[in-house]
Amino acid sequence: MIPLITSIIAITLSAGTSLVYATIGEIYTERSGILNLGIEGMMLMSAVTAFATAFHTGSLLLAVLLAMLVGMLLALIHAFLSITMRANQVVSGLSITLFGTGLASFLGQRLGPESNGFNLSGMSAVKFNRLQIEGLGDIPLLGAVFNQDPLTYLVYLLIPVAWYFMYKTKFGLNLRSVGENPQTSDAMGLNVTKIRYLYTIFGGMLVGIGGAHLSLAYTPGWTENITGGRGWIVIALVIFSMWNPSRAILGAILFGGINAVQFRLQASGTDIPSAYLNMAPYVATILVLVLVTVWESHNRKVGPPAALGTSYMREDK
Amino acid sequence: MQLVFEKRKAVSRRAIVLVPILSFIVSLILTGFLLLAFKANPFRTYMAMFIGAFGSWSNFTETLVKATPLMLTGLGVTIAFKLRFWNIGAEGQLVFGGVAAAWVALFWSPFLPAWSLLPMVMLVGMMAGAVWAGIPALLKTRLNVDETLVTLMMNYIAILFAEGLYYGAWRDPEGYGFPGTKLFPEAAWLPRFSGRAHVGLFIAIGIGLLLWVAMNRTKWGFELNMIGKNKKAARCLGVNVKRNILVALLISGALSGLAGVSEVTAISHRLQQGLTMGYGYTAIIVAWLSQLNPIAGLFVAILMAGLLVGGDQVQMMMGLPAAMGLVLQGMILFPMLAGSLFTEYRIKRIDPRNSRAAESNEELSV
Amino acid sequence: METEKKPILEMRGITKRFPGVVANDHVDLELFPGEVLALLGENGAGKSSLMNVLAGLYRPDEGAIFIRGEKVQIDSPRDARNLGIGMVHQNFMVVDTMTVAENIILGLTEVSMIPDMGKISDRIREISSHYNLKVDPSAYIWQLGVGEQQRVEILKQIYRGAEILILDEPTAVLTPQESEELNNILRQMTSEGKAAIFITHKMEEVIAFSDWVRVLQHGKLVTVKRTSETNPQELARLMVGREVLFRIDKAPAEPKDVILEVENVDANDEKGMPALKGFSLQVRQGEIVGIAGVAGNGQRELTEVITGLHPVLNGSIKINGKDMTNRSPLAIIRSGVSHIPSDRIAMGVVGDMSVANNLVMKGYRRKPITHGGLLDPRRILDFARRMIDSFKIATPTPDTHVKFLSGGNIQKTILAREIDSCGGVLVAAYPSRGLDVGATEAVRNEMVRQRDKGSGVLLVSEDLDELLSVADRIVVMFEGQSMGELSSADAEVEMLGLMMSGVSKKKAEKEYYGSDHATGV
Repeated sequence: MIPLITSIIAITLSAGTSLVYATIGEIYTERSGILNLGIEGMMLMSAVTAFATAFHTGSLLLAVLLAMLVGMLLALIHAFLSITMRANQVVSGLSITLFGTGLASFLGQRLGPESNGFNLSGMSAVKFNRLQIEGLGDIPLLGAVFNQDPLTYLVYLLIPVAWYFMYKTKFGLNLRSVGENPQTSDAMGLNVTKIRYLYTIFGGMLVGIGGAHLSLAYTPGWTENITGGRGWIVIALVIFSMWNPSRAILGAILFGGINAVQFRLQASGTDIPSAYLNMAPYVATILVLVLVTVWESHNRKVGPPAALGTSYMREDK
Repeated sequence: MQLVFEKRKAVSRRAIVLVPILSFIVSLILTGFLLLAFKANPFRTYMAMFIGAFGSWSNFTETLVKATPLMLTGLGVTIAFKLRFWNIGAEGQLVFGGVAAAWVALFWSPFLPAWSLLPMVMLVGMMAGAVWAGIPALLKTRLNVDETLVTLMMNYIAILFAEGLYYGAWRDPEGYGFPGTKLFPEAAWLPRFSGRAHVGLFIAIGIGLLLWVAMNRTKWGFELNMIGKNKKAARCLGVNVKRNILVALLISGALSGLAGVSEVTAISHRLQQGLTMGYGYTAIIVAWLSQLNPIAGLFVAILMAGLLVGGDQVQMMMGLPAAMGLVLQGMILFPMLAGSLFTEYRIKRIDPRNSRAAESNEELSV
Repeated sequence: METEKKPILEMRGITKRFPGVVANDHVDLELFPGEVLALLGENGAGKSSLMNVLAGLYRPDEGAIFIRGEKVQIDSPRDARNLGIGMVHQNFMVVDTMTVAENIILGLTEVSMIPDMGKISDRIREISSHYNLKVDPSAYIWQLGVGEQQRVEILKQIYRGAEILILDEPTAVLTPQESEELNNILRQMTSEGKAAIFITHKMEEVIAFSDWVRVLQHGKLVTVKRTSETNPQELARLMVGREVLFRIDKAPAEPKDVILEVENVDANDEKGMPALKGFSLQVRQGEIVGIAGVAGNGQRELTEVITGLHPVLNGSIKINGKDMTNRSPLAIIRSGVSHIPSDRIAMGVVGDMSVANNLVMKGYRRKPITHGGLLDPRRILDFARRMIDSFKIATPTPDTHVKFLSGGNIQKTILAREIDSCGGVLVAAYPSRGLDVGATEAVRNEMVRQRDKGSGVLLVSEDLDELLSVADRIVVMFEGQSMGELSSADAEVEMLGLMMSGVSKKKAEKEYYGSDHATGV
């Protein structure tokens, strides 16, 4: 029993890693007032970039860096459309996802070796391996926490830092105020446009790491739909975390856990057809969303940033 | 010199027409660079795509085959977007419609006269699509749950549900392991008129025209417009916002459901893998590029279908991934979104050295 | 002697253009240390845009600004602050979900990366006790009332070292008593050598608050006066360019049957706090009942429960004798109620639709607009043209989107639609707020005309002049309750002021007339 639970914990954390990166990234973006529904497309693009880089160069570092860059570039497009061009943020985000999905699929069939018809799927490359931390990795149950890949270890660090930055520093104060009330922030001397660009792109960078984790660590390799809708679950997780980075871990554990249990059940060969098992995360997302929304309607001070999804321009008269 | 946006005094009608056309051209150019990067000649590629999609009658019928579900889902999305209800669940509504159609076609035929089977298949399929859109609409109007995510999650659920059926309970035992149901009885087939092109096309065009009239000339359309542009004012003016949202979403879902019906009853004649081609997502592009105009939507649907068919052709003829069509489609919305600003704003140049003017003033006053 | 004092601020030839409008046309301004300057003008005269130029929010198209004799360029609010300019905006620039202290340090470059909130709070307390501005640094803004929020705004500017304080219509949301406190604070600041500019369109405040007054009209500076050398009548004439009628000509009311009856209504506000507490009111045909009160004392909820937009918890609402409690907005519209909502842009019009369409937003349900089940665009246009003519709506074409119209013309569009569809009850919330004199007069006269035609009119306003001149009876609201009712013919502003601050009519009469004069209760 204990080995089973340990392995479920281990898979949960690994499955949750990409979710935490992307969720914290999106929390920062949304806190600045920009809603980015392009996460799914961004994760796919960064996943394909990371894997292709790892495949061709063998450098994991370069792979992650390029994935971050791709995430930032796509976020930049979204920032430009929704901040400078004041486009509808919902549609802009959707188009990032549509574009990213299409391009990732295209690249997946072009960036592979000639021997495989330029196809990347089915190839293998360097990947992040688990590193057991001396002494800690052997503890029963808890050991699973210290038997993870480097990107997961980094996430342990990211959560408190992201929280501290947002609530205890001047920059976090500026960020929160821009998303809550851009008019006031502007009048107080903050550069609303700059701050929104900055955190939209910063969010894209974290989403990029999340994508890289999928193709380099969690399920190493490239398959057409490697994210399986994770980019959308992230949007739900942001709501679930109520825009607080420290709570991103809860959602990630919940959804990572569903993944892990499902993984286990499939491995043990139950009678339930896998299609129905695979529905679980999506049904859970809807349930969580309904519960959180109902709760929020009774507690008005936990809602989304007041200016989320709206553009701001000073000389609007 | 510095550039700033200045609000126009009236919405520019020219920009409304020009922006989508320019967007398409910009998308062609940007994708052209991508093709160059992979050592493909953009002109030859685009030519091949064009010929593949529109070059002959038989190619064109294939484009019409793909245009039909795009028209129906695009119109469905248009209704929802008109209300600023972000229904991105057309894909799931299509699948669920297809599943319900298969259910009626496969299991009801013994109890129904043959002539009534197809109408029943269509009716139940549309109802299923309506239900699939009605759930997020109810959650939105009753509990204020964000519709974007619910509609999207329901896509995955519908797709997996269908998968569970054609891999499991409904799988054809004589299908040699092929993931799909038995063939539908012929009474449930939607007639084709040329190649694989079927009467669903005419239904879609008819609905498009009807919808234009409904949206522009009826009280219902007037109310949709009010709600979409100012929910609060609509409510103050006595419009029942919640009921309108619910009704509009039922219709929106029914249209996507009908797209699913026509796919299974006219194309595959069974429920099988490959029902979901991403039409429900392309529908978003159709709706937005047509600026929520149902008639324009019909043409945009044909254009988008052409990109898909052309993409397939390019894969066969030039070995480029068919996803090219998707890249082109995805790229179109960027310039479109950026360009929409120009319908309400224009660019104004300002001179930061305007203090000069002040200085000359000062000289005057001294 | 004043000329020997050097101005702390000079603006020369400021011009600011918006599409189709010149908001400021070569405006000059001087401000001396230790003095208060009033900037007087109608809405739309260019006061706010001039001050937004000074605060770095707008970029002037022409003109120069000098601080203590030195030419400066103000490109951003940050520049303005560095020059010692601080502005208290009409809609407060505060972030609701953050604390007072967080709001005060927001955007300050000199605050360290990890702010020491304890030290900052101490400094805030220091300033607040010095100026007698009572504020708790750790309170969240959403917990504060309007008056307190204004104190936070002033405190914030002082904390940021403002030497020149701009106040944009600071008293609009205050009771007469709170205004007096504000005046004291300004006096203390100027006694320390600071200077203030305040924007207003109320003559009495100019007299009470300022040392100098500058009058703007249609974006141009028309006059500069020493406050002690002028009077309200002269200022009013200068402001509008002609004598204003402070009283509307109207015959005495001839009230008939009760048409609107609000009985013991309880309702909560959006946050779930009680907003109406057992409120009762009657409006008869042929009379205008005014509702006085400081904004946020339940007026909005009152108009919204009557129009069916807001749920009634207890009590009843009867229209024309029929119980309409908690009926749908449509049912209430059909029973004859018209509504000029408080927030005209958000609730009254659909900005992205044409003037013509906005004019038929009630008529579209009936003939002749709907014809054989379909809307008839030609009839819509005909109807719109008629309305545009008779209500003098200035619009390029009937097809122009409403959002491109001025505030006054938007309000006329609403008025035209609501009057045309009115079936006996007109509920008007702040109908002339933000309008110029011409539009204000049109709106007020239209309400009197409706009354004379036999409608019952409920007029909610924060403008006491308006209530006194338009309404026949005035009910004062405070914290969701009625403080009593006065006949507008013999109501006094001071009495209304006392009642608006929560003193019941009986007590107010005692306080105002002395104990032996408690008459006619």
